Amino acid sequence: MTAPARNRPPRVGDSPAVRRTLITAVLAIGAVLVLAPLVVILTQAFSLGFSYFAETITAPDTRHAILLTVLTALIAVPVNTVFGIAAAWAITKFDFPGRRLLLIVAEIPFSISPIVAGVAYLFVYGLQGLFGQALQDADIKILFALPGIVLASMFVTAPFVARELIPLMQAQGRDLEEAATSLGASGWRTFFSVTLPNIRWALLYGVVLCNARVMGEFGAVSVVSGNIRGQTNTLPLHVELLYHDYNTVGAFAAASILTVLAIFTIIAKVLLERQGAGRGGRPALAAPNAIPAEKPQ
Amino acid sequence: MKRLILIGAALAAILAGPANAQSPNKLLNASYDVARELFVSVNEAYAAQHAGVTIDQSHAGTSRQARAIAEGLEADVVTFNQVTDIDFLVKNGFVSEDWQKDFANQSSPFYSLPSFLVRTGNPKNIKDWSDLVRDDVQVIFPNPKTSGNARYTYLAATAYAREAFGNDEAKVKEFIDKLFDNVPVFDTGGRAATTTFVEREIGDVLITFEAETRGIAKEFGEDKFEVVTPSVSLLAEFPVAIVDRVVDKRGSRDLAKSYLDFLYTPEGQKIAAEHGHRVNDETVAAEFKDQFPEVRLVTVEDVFGGWDKVQEEHFAAGGLLDQIYGER
Repeated sequence: MTAPARNRPPRVGDSPAVRRTLITAVLAIGAVLVLAPLVVILTQAFSLGFSYFAETITAPDTRHAILLTVLTALIAVPVNTVFGIAAAWAITKFDFPGRRLLLIVAEIPFSISPIVAGVAYLFVYGLQGLFGQALQDADIKILFALPGIVLASMFVTAPFVARELIPLMQAQGRDLEEAATSLGASGWRTFFSVTLPNIRWALLYGVVLCNARVMGEFGAVSVVSGNIRGQTNTLPLHVELLYHDYNTVGAFAAASILTVLAIFTIIAKVLLERQGAGRGGRPALAAPNAIPAEKPQ
Repeated sequence: MKRLILIGAALAAILAGPANAQSPNKLLNASYDVARELFVSVNEAYAAQHAGVTIDQSHAGTSRQARAIAEGLEADVVTFNQVTDIDFLVKNGFVSEDWQKDFANQSSPFYSLPSFLVRTGNPKNIKDWSDLVRDDVQVIFPNPKTSGNARYTYLAATAYAREAFGNDEAKVKEFIDKLFDNVPVFDTGGRAATTTFVEREIGDVLITFEAETRGIAKEFGEDKFEVVTPSVSLLAEFPVAIVDRVVDKRGSRDLAKSYLDFLYTPEGQKIAAEHGHRVNDETVAAEFKDQFPEVRLVTVEDVFGGWDKVQEEHFAAGGLLDQIYGER
């Protein structure tokens, strides 16, 4: 430990004092920024006793908000997973004009404020918007109903899966797929037997992140939801509603449900990371890339 | 992205079917954000009289609600706390122009006024608007630029000053300047201002609707605050209207009318009073007399010549309010 240190110039963090200060600072900031609010949510949620907590979260409106949030995730996450795989596949495995453009488009939701996304949907599907009148004439409800909530959630989370996959698939290159195809495998076969096993941990990781975001999305959904209690109020919106209603304990109880959902997501993520690391998948697969492929011409 | 929208549209089309299968024994009431408990009680009572009827509730800031209705939120009735937001619906053809004649009291079944909430014992001895400009008093209300609640406060204070100084505009302006100087922090909304006053314990007096002071005392401790009613204040109407375009489409006009009429019945009035609103029904008003001290109310029409004019003179960019902020 100390022997090699003598042979190299000193680095930041070598001194125990510096190291200790840094660690303390990080822990303190973490406690203030993340841990304290979490503790407050849970203590507030139970501040009027467990029975009040149970009463709040089993109230029909809260129950419906939980169901709606889960339902939204059940629709939005699979759709975005398919989209993410398709986009990542197209971007990394093919050369076509507009490839960079697709990459940029797929990442737009990351840089746009969710509220802008919500308002944009208003302009497209709202009565004053592009298709609003036609949709109403056809008796199709998109805004202020489940479809609008799902669409807004999907918009916001569209890049999550693709974003996880693209760097990995880029690192892996196309050699394996090309080998599979040259051995006579069909496109589907190549995908399921070669590509999917290589990307599965990154894919699941992306799905978990996407899910967490869908469940927690507030801004975009709040614009298109219409805030109808028991119908279009998702859990984050319900938290806001209770809070505005001077029902702080109820708001924290609902928030604690969201927190629990988030904690499940984090546990899933940690488990996945461990799995991914344990298999040693990435380094092995990256290896072929280490030898530069011979390019014809 | 295109693909995403296509998939979404297809999905939406599948899901849209059942959402439309509403029968006219259901109503959607779009209401303001802090009215949840009030309408839980109202709807329960109404449903008890009308078997098989369900009233759905949507709550948000009323400007947002009006906007949402214009974009297609199918609310049969609106119960707002701002006349201007119903006017927005009139301009967009959703509500008929003479909506204020459809129901009694200019279609406002109950009303309230900007009132004061002080800490127990009223340590700064705040009694009326004139006390708010004292050097030792800190006042809390949200930013009138962003909060409807604070617009009422601003207008009520202006109305008081106009009476006190006999319409001497320079003195009125000086009074309002002084009042704004006494506000240590302008929050964006009523709820945030309440947090500032109650939880951060900033300021000596919170100005908000009398109807809300009850909820605040209930949530944060009845013994910590007391309500002070000023000598004069501004009538804050809680207007209701039938959204013609929606009820005509859904065939729900009769139900919508019956629901709004219910707010005027003694039972409906009593519920409103129990939730802190002043009502016009004389029997009910007498019953709740202790809860609502005497106050002289002036209206926006009388003092300022209507909301359109108020908007133009006071709240528009470069208006009187901007001038006050400019000097701060």
